[in-house]
Amino acid sequence: MMQTRNLAILVALLALAILAPFVVYPVFLMKALCFAIFACAFNLLIGYVGLLSFGHAAYFGGSAYIAAHVAKVWGWPIELAILSGVAVAAILGLMFGALAIRRQGIYFAMVTLALAQMVFFLAVQAKFTGGEDGIQAVPRKVLFGFIDISNEFTFYYVVLVIFLAAFALIYRIVHSPFGQVLKAIRENEPRTISLGYRVNHYKLLAFVLSASLAGLAGSTKVFVTQLASLTDVQWQMSGEVVLMTLVGGLGTLFGPVVGAFVVITMQNYLSGFGEWVLVIQGVIFVIVVLSFRRGIVGEIAAWWKARRNGAP
Amino acid sequence: MFELLGIAPQALFGQLLLGLINGSFYAILSLGLAVIFGMLNVINFAHGALYMIGAFVAWMLLQYLGIGYWASLILSPIIVGLLGALIERTLLRRLYHLDHLYGLLLTFGLALIFEGLFRREFGSSGQPYTIPDLLTGGKNLGFMFLPIYRGWVIVASLIVCLATWFVIERTKLGSYLRAATENPTLVSAFGINVPRMILLTYAFGVGLAAFAGVLAAPIYQVSPLMGSNLIIVVFAVVVIGGMGSIIGSVVTGFGLGIIEGLTKVFYPEASTTVIFLVMAIVLLIRPAGLFGRTR
Repeated sequence: MMQTRNLAILVALLALAILAPFVVYPVFLMKALCFAIFACAFNLLIGYVGLLSFGHAAYFGGSAYIAAHVAKVWGWPIELAILSGVAVAAILGLMFGALAIRRQGIYFAMVTLALAQMVFFLAVQAKFTGGEDGIQAVPRKVLFGFIDISNEFTFYYVVLVIFLAAFALIYRIVHSPFGQVLKAIRENEPRTISLGYRVNHYKLLAFVLSASLAGLAGSTKVFVTQLASLTDVQWQMSGEVVLMTLVGGLGTLFGPVVGAFVVITMQNYLSGFGEWVLVIQGVIFVIVVLSFRRGIVGEIAAWWKARRNGAP
Repeated sequence: MFELLGIAPQALFGQLLLGLINGSFYAILSLGLAVIFGMLNVINFAHGALYMIGAFVAWMLLQYLGIGYWASLILSPIIVGLLGALIERTLLRRLYHLDHLYGLLLTFGLALIFEGLFRREFGSSGQPYTIPDLLTGGKNLGFMFLPIYRGWVIVASLIVCLATWFVIERTKLGSYLRAATENPTLVSAFGINVPRMILLTYAFGVGLAAFAGVLAAPIYQVSPLMGSNLIIVVFAVVVIGGMGSIIGSVVTGFGLGIIEGLTKVFYPEASTTVIFLVMAIVLLIRPAGLFGRTR
């Protein structure tokens, strides 16, 4: 019974995603999907391992620069450009993750933030990133040599497939024995150690996976907006992905997706208000932290559970 | 000797001085973060924003009310301290029973609100703040030219740091504070009002940030962005030093300022990243931080 209903919801969502670009501007949808991947990647760490990374912009923006550079200057095809973006994000994640997991809790957040700021300063100084201008007009022509993706409509389905693949991967990770160990670390790290798990290996692998997926989001986004810029590596970007995940619901599978759509929609409508966007985001942060900690999906799930328990 | 290194002594000492000045801001801010963290278990992300507000309060006092530098040096920390007390009482207090990360996220939201409001009001460009008459000019020390105001900043921040150390480590109030950090339940059982101490600690910590902001106002421009760039570096300073000891925060702050200044002389490209590199090395060698206790 439960299974068939879940399946029905899934099919309905998929149909919605396929039909969406007929109704909504495809570039907006693609952007939201990229940020949904980004938020899901971030959620993999905070929601399932309990590690708050405040520097995910480094992997998102770093891979965006790499993908943009190899596609524009070296003329690599898009699939290789995205892959190299992911590879660089994975390497960065391995280096930074190995350093950051040496500290816990609040220090972990500060270490990741500081390391990400280092990437930001490197991006400001490096020649290939184009400084304030960023890398503009990144070419988007063909995928696998025969699919024409210069059209926004076609490219939307490519991005949708990338999103679904990333989401499926995260689903698999969370529901695997590996994912169970991650949750055990989140709940009680000393006990997990005493059970004989090498906690640091699990944390590091989770960190690298999360960074790589953030890289996938960043390098895909480059081909949506055809721009890689300092905005992508700034600390505000790290804050935004935290906000998306919080709004949607920490530690829920769909939460980050919902949160990404909510935040991107909000930014879209408020773009004319200038600095107010920052203030509004701050206010949402405060409200969510004070009285809406479960997020949208978390609240719905809790309501659903209460209703089922209440009415036998 | 300087000729051998190929560096003019003027440039070397100039950058060292600048490094010491940056270091004094790192020291005051990381000290405030450490005091707040010790008592509240909250990493105050809004610290940079409150430093910025401290500078702006001084600027506004001068601009709108004609109140000068010396009065601002006292008034601005008090005003920002009151703002901090309001934040603690209305917002932070609701989060103490939760994971420490929520305190970080809440203060991050506050930092966004403050920065956004000031950017909307004043734009991203800086406002100049003139050096008070008493501290203008400079002294020729033979090997370098020392602008008086810069010397004053270093002296003032050292005094404030030492005073903080004295209050916390050598007075009765400080001993209550340290005891409440260790075991708040027991201390309140002795009839000490722990929630009020928490309130005062937060107000004092952000007051320190505002004091640094007023000190910084004549050197840097008073700009809405001055806090957010600084706070991340201060986080790195805190990770390097560990938040265990007050002297540790001060030594680490000044030390890193000097390292940054020297990097500007010998390898300017790395001057923005050197502190983060030091942090990475410290994490490899001594994960708890130079003065940190593992807990």
